[in-house]
Amino acid sequence: MATFDLATASPHHKPGHVTLRIGVVEARFNVRVLMMAFAVLALLAVLAVFAMTRGSYRIPFVDVVKAVFGTGGDDQMFIVRTLRLPRVICAMLIGACLAVAGAIFQGLVRNPLVSPDIIGIDTGATIMAVFWIVFGLSASWLPFAAFLGAVLTAAIVYALSWRQGISPNRLILVGIGVSAAISAGTTYITVKFPIEQVRPAIVWTMGSIYGSNWGDVKLLLGFLAICLPLSVVLMWYLRALQLGDDVARGLGLPLERTRLGLIVVGCALAAVSVSVAGPIGFVALMVPHMARMLGGALSASVMILTALMGSLFLLAADTVAQHFLPVSLPVGVVTAAVGAPYFLFLLYRSNVRM
Amino acid sequence: MAAIDTSPVLLEVPGRRRWINSARAVGLVGCVIATAIIALLSLRYGSLELKTSDAWNAIFHYDSSSYEQTVVRSLRVPRTVIALGVGAALAVAGTIMQAVTRNPLADPSILGVSSGASFGVVSAVFFLGLTAPYQFVWFAFGGALIASFLVFVIGSTGRGGVTPVKLALAGVVISSLLSAWTSALLLLDENTMDIVRFWSAGSVAGRPLSVFWWVSPFLLGGAVLGLLLGHQLNVMSMGEETARSLGMNTGRTRIISSALVVLITGAAVSAAGPIGFIGLATPHIVRSIIGPDYRWVLPYSLVVGSAFLTASDILGRVLARPGEIQVGIVTAVFGAPFLIYLARQRTVAS
Repeated sequence: MATFDLATASPHHKPGHVTLRIGVVEARFNVRVLMMAFAVLALLAVLAVFAMTRGSYRIPFVDVVKAVFGTGGDDQMFIVRTLRLPRVICAMLIGACLAVAGAIFQGLVRNPLVSPDIIGIDTGATIMAVFWIVFGLSASWLPFAAFLGAVLTAAIVYALSWRQGISPNRLILVGIGVSAAISAGTTYITVKFPIEQVRPAIVWTMGSIYGSNWGDVKLLLGFLAICLPLSVVLMWYLRALQLGDDVARGLGLPLERTRLGLIVVGCALAAVSVSVAGPIGFVALMVPHMARMLGGALSASVMILTALMGSLFLLAADTVAQHFLPVSLPVGVVTAAVGAPYFLFLLYRSNVRM
Repeated sequence: MAAIDTSPVLLEVPGRRRWINSARAVGLVGCVIATAIIALLSLRYGSLELKTSDAWNAIFHYDSSSYEQTVVRSLRVPRTVIALGVGAALAVAGTIMQAVTRNPLADPSILGVSSGASFGVVSAVFFLGLTAPYQFVWFAFGGALIASFLVFVIGSTGRGGVTPVKLALAGVVISSLLSAWTSALLLLDENTMDIVRFWSAGSVAGRPLSVFWWVSPFLLGGAVLGLLLGHQLNVMSMGEETARSLGMNTGRTRIISSALVVLITGAAVSAAGPIGFIGLATPHIVRSIIGPDYRWVLPYSLVVGSAFLTASDILGRVLARPGEIQVGIVTAVFGAPFLIYLARQRTVAS
């Protein structure tokens, strides 16, 4: 039973927050941040409809909305619901997955310049996908192969980093090492085979959402439905971890189990998005930053804001990549280009502070 | 000044120090001899089977009518010379970088060298239609220099001048912009992708000896200048505060040594493509054997680095006969476990 508990007398009450209680699980949300999240959600809806109006066959704004709800003309229904809607939804879901995974890993490692790829998820998925594409194996199994590669690599990195526990720094360094070895394998495949076989594989490694279908949407939705609530619940543990190992242990936190739980959730989110779309850079790096700048320190509400901002960012990037460039490019190229000005901005801020 | 003389180098007793230095000199000569042997092996072994006498005669009694001797002269000698030079340069650059940043995992790639070089190569192939690796040299070098210059300019704006964090951020900015540009070009043209994929694996094969002479002023000149920095690096490695209180202009030392690193690695990348791990692993191995005195670490790294790269190149040829594995792949496969081993050492990861 979900109940909104607004009772000011509650011992858990904090000004400016609402408390949501489901059974024994209780989460407190910051009202200001939730308002921002609603604003982002509204923007997201407008952008999604706008993205579906564009394309070689333009459809007016109102007709797109009608087609989505199943009351438009047949050809418009086909274009919107079969071709454009899955891609738009995929972009939003992948953006959310990447952003939440990024927030988890940045919190875990306590380093804002870290993305989930530090544990080799992208390189592991890439070598499997490149292998799959170069050898011409069944395309419908590609996401599963990539997912397997990502999860296996993450497990190897985790195991190699274990030495009476996991230290975040060691995780980064071992991750760099394992990724380098795996990338060498990928390079070997790409130079060994004829360019006609290799080219689609290299294009996959640039990260694109082109040609996504309802199957991808279901896969992503399934993972998000499990992992997003989990990551909101894990927020308390993550915040305790950020106080440092000693304080967290003093608070009674089972340190290694907490880390493992966070890594599994973050890794699942990042792995599912890379297996559907290929490695898309900078979303996991930038969006959690922006969300923290808007919403303050990491909390359950900020996590929701992060997910929505990730959706908005990737959908915007994909719309630009598809419709507003001289040639349509993989979305990964666009996010890399957008990453640069963002880091310039960070640099400017650090100058101001120093 | 005796109160500050805390570095292990300066604590040594004079008599013992003389003994250690002569031992180090003997060891260095031993390393040079080992490297020479590896270089000869590199002439002897490869995808074409030949006799030791062929390799020997190709150098000392060259007979141009012998097919085997021609192969040694025209293919194996250039790649061996390039491997020796590039390995030496990368190891010296890595040593300088690790000492100046006091980070055992520092890498010249944060200065934008590799992404700049690939930007130069991809643009040259796409716009000018170049096809052979030796034609890429100046474009790669130019790209590397421009990219790292931009990284320095962006990283030094604002108050406080150049700091490691600002430099790293500036490196990310430039690399991400350049990589977006390179992948867009690669997508547009399959031909460019076909040529560039071989370059970016990192290899010393298929380049004429003239490539080496073109870049050697930067490669070897930079490495020799780097050897002179031993004393400065000793002081820098004691930490910013100590170095400054000993009267060193740390900002100037940092800029000079970073510029040197950019020159050396830019030249190395343009001659052989991006090759990792030589610059990372060599200084570590050398330091663990002969101690932290950079006046010795630098020359040792130079010799050992060239031996490593040449040996990796031989391995790449022998393992995949009759084809070959690019040396950049070999160094990554052997270097990565080493990095993981380092990371598992308590001192590095803490």
